[in-house]
Amino acid sequence: MTGPIADAVDALMWQAFGLMLVIVVPVIALTLFIAWRYRASGGSGTHQPDWDHSRAVEITVWGIPVLMIAILATWVWEKTHALDPYKVLPGAKPLQIEAIALDWKWLFIYPELNIGTVNELAFPVGQPVTFRITSEVAMNSFMIPALGGQIYAMAGMETKLNLQANETGTMQGRNMQFSGDGFAGQTFEALSMSQDDFEAWVSKVQDSDTPLDHATFAEVRKPSVDAPVRYFSTVPPDFFSKRVAHFMGMEHEMMHGTKAANE
Amino acid sequence: MTEHVSLLLGRLGPDALPFYSWVAFSGALVTLAGGVGFLAVVTWLGQWRALWTGWLTSVDHKRIGIMYIVLALVMLVRGFVDAIMMRLQQALSYNSDGYLPPEHFEQIFSSHGTIMIFFMAMPFMTGLLNYIIPLQIGARDVAFPVLNAISFWLTAAGAGLMLISLVIGRFSTAGWTGYPPYSGVEFTPGVGVDYWIWSIMVSGVGTTMTGINFVVTILRKRAPGMLLMRMPMFTWTGLCSSILIIFAFPALTVATGMLALDRTLGMHFFTNDAGGNMMNYMNLFWIWGHPEVYILILPAFGIFSEVVATFSSKRLFGYPSLVYATAVIAILSFTVWLHHFFTMGASANVNAVFGIATMVIAVPTGVKVFDWLFTMFRGRIRFEPPMLYTIGFMCLFVIGGMSGVLLAIPPINYSTHNTTFLVAHFHNMVIPGVLFGYLAGYMYWFPKAFGFHLDPTWGARSFWFWLIGFLLAFMPLYLLGLMGMPRRMETYGNAEWQPLLIVAFIGACLILMGIVCLVIQLWVSIKYRRALRDTTGDPWDGRTLEWSMPSPPPEWNFDAVPVVTTRDAFHEAKYSGTPMKSVPQPGTLHVPRNSVVGPCMGFGGFCVGFGAVWFIWWLALAGLAVAVGALIGRAFVQNTEREVAPDLGAKTT
Repeated sequence: MTGPIADAVDALMWQAFGLMLVIVVPVIALTLFIAWRYRASGGSGTHQPDWDHSRAVEITVWGIPVLMIAILATWVWEKTHALDPYKVLPGAKPLQIEAIALDWKWLFIYPELNIGTVNELAFPVGQPVTFRITSEVAMNSFMIPALGGQIYAMAGMETKLNLQANETGTMQGRNMQFSGDGFAGQTFEALSMSQDDFEAWVSKVQDSDTPLDHATFAEVRKPSVDAPVRYFSTVPPDFFSKRVAHFMGMEHEMMHGTKAANE
Repeated sequence: MTEHVSLLLGRLGPDALPFYSWVAFSGALVTLAGGVGFLAVVTWLGQWRALWTGWLTSVDHKRIGIMYIVLALVMLVRGFVDAIMMRLQQALSYNSDGYLPPEHFEQIFSSHGTIMIFFMAMPFMTGLLNYIIPLQIGARDVAFPVLNAISFWLTAAGAGLMLISLVIGRFSTAGWTGYPPYSGVEFTPGVGVDYWIWSIMVSGVGTTMTGINFVVTILRKRAPGMLLMRMPMFTWTGLCSSILIIFAFPALTVATGMLALDRTLGMHFFTNDAGGNMMNYMNLFWIWGHPEVYILILPAFGIFSEVVATFSSKRLFGYPSLVYATAVIAILSFTVWLHHFFTMGASANVNAVFGIATMVIAVPTGVKVFDWLFTMFRGRIRFEPPMLYTIGFMCLFVIGGMSGVLLAIPPINYSTHNTTFLVAHFHNMVIPGVLFGYLAGYMYWFPKAFGFHLDPTWGARSFWFWLIGFLLAFMPLYLLGLMGMPRRMETYGNAEWQPLLIVAFIGACLILMGIVCLVIQLWVSIKYRRALRDTTGDPWDGRTLEWSMPSPPPEWNFDAVPVVTTRDAFHEAKYSGTPMKSVPQPGTLHVPRNSVVGPCMGFGGFCVGFGAVWFIWWLALAGLAVAVGALIGRAFVQNTEREVAPDLGAKTT
């Protein structure tokens, strides 16, 4: 189970790891070798007690780390931009999903489809997904490890994450930021499915007999541990943005839109 | 808030007692037994007066240094108990609750981090700085001896608040970083977070004053001829670390102070609503928190530098490089704090800049490792325990550095942040880097402080248990982190995690053996102290000034202050056969008299903290009055010094 982001991160990790091994392995080996060779009891090395400076050595020991960090720095600049979680992935038009962290579960809203779920996420394989993320409670961090990295979920703020799955299957997603007693069980299933299956899944959610109205939301918002999956047939318009604005005490200013504080 | 607050006892009531679980009850019992046992032993030995005049009211930097290290070792045991309890919980809790309820597990991971950083590592470092730096620079004491005692007692007061939270009330569940809004009253009511805030705030004031004290001491109290570029590396790192303390700790005091205002007075700096912003806390916290890593590790680097030169019987290679590398690390440490929250959603430009800034620190750090390596090269290496710890450090630290660089790459950080990969990384820095350094320093300078060696066999055993235990405990956490396991999991449902967590628990058990070896080492060494006696004052063929005086040194340190003409002046003098010149001394010297200001400030600080935690405002005000009163009272004391005559002093050589 992978996606383009996760694959790129994996590759970057091995690349950086490999480059550093070029220095780290010799340093460890040299440390052990020198310690053995120059041991006081029976070592075979010469003793030069006053040798404390060598221009060639100094240039080398500053030069090697500088060179290595210079290489890594170019990778950092390039990859941080290429793999920016806010960057919309190329290809088909992304599916919009909004994620709201609650104690201790996730509420997902599909604004274009006007449906919502608790602790279950579905999207078509191969289609980019754009998440808008916020929290109703303490700070959370949204992550589907099989697909890529995490982004904080913070009340009164909106963050973004772009992901895509390359294969169909079931993955686990979760909150990564400790948020209280139910944190360990704050997971959800992320289902990557074919377009047909996804449409069937949407109909199934639409056929649920519960709309996400104020009363339902008040009930969902109550803290619960290992909350079961729930489906909501309809969701009020602009639900996500209103929840973000709610914390800023400006629900009535909705027409101006909301902005993440650190966007 | 609706809880009942009485005028006399604040919100303290019978439910504050630890009868809610057998684990909490046992912890309280052990803490109480430790305290009562200590009092009983002192009484039984009839040593109250000796303890009071010899130690508790002493302003001698050597006595204060030893008290700091005793505090650190006691807290090391307490912090380790937390650690092994967490490892056991996670080894057991696959698809089960383990033996700890969530709330208890949360208290344990919060207190583990808080204790290890603030009440183990900081006092250990401060203790070593206290004992060694005046001796290394040829000073008779620190610049402000009474202030030094106050620093110690405020640190002890903070540690006391930590310990009492086990018996009365509960500790924080918000982690050692105390991130809001979770640490706010909305999500974490009760006294736990308040205990956390006040224990680090009270001790943090003491630490800030330590920083000021040591910057002034090092800049102003050096012996004649001890130019900056002739200072021993440990003193250099102590200077940089003290400067970092002065600039970094106020940020922590402000962050926790604002959090206290949120919690106690209902303000909204970091709350979800009413205009609060939790990211402001995180910025402030890590503007302290990242330099803090270097505050701890730079002096350890200094110790490794001293140890590696001494036990290689060779001059330290690349001294100027090491000095510049230290200074560069100190400056850069203030430029990277954002890497603790790459995942907040900042732009790619911001994250890339902070990622690169972070990596740049690897350059001076790498230089240091190479310089130690070249110090060993063409040396004659003696594998005494301090040197074993140093070699172990060099091998393990580069692994931690490597994982640190990986974490500094933002796209990799998005995947590994908040996982056990991060936990493994920072333990890979602070166990081999910080703790091995302090343990090396403890074994290296112990004969100087007490006049006898620590048993080398048990020292070597402790090293091997720590080394292998560390590898077994933390290498699995790297793997688990890459598998996506979050930190701070009380229970989990992934079967493939459990075997690795069991290995990690076994590693923690080996570390336990390492700690047991340290205790046995101390016991055996005291028992056979006659056989382990150091009569020379220079047991390791040392290079720096502290080895030029008897072990233990007299109260006034130097009978005659030496005149320094070169780096490693003592070593030069020893081998050239021309003794060091010294400043002509008057017949008598003045040393500071004991002072009760330190214990009074500590007691006052403890009362302020305890009162603020429980809303017992009269107690907090009384504590403040005691502390301020002690300071004002001190201003009226005229007779602050007494005379000693070095020639009549008891010398051991």
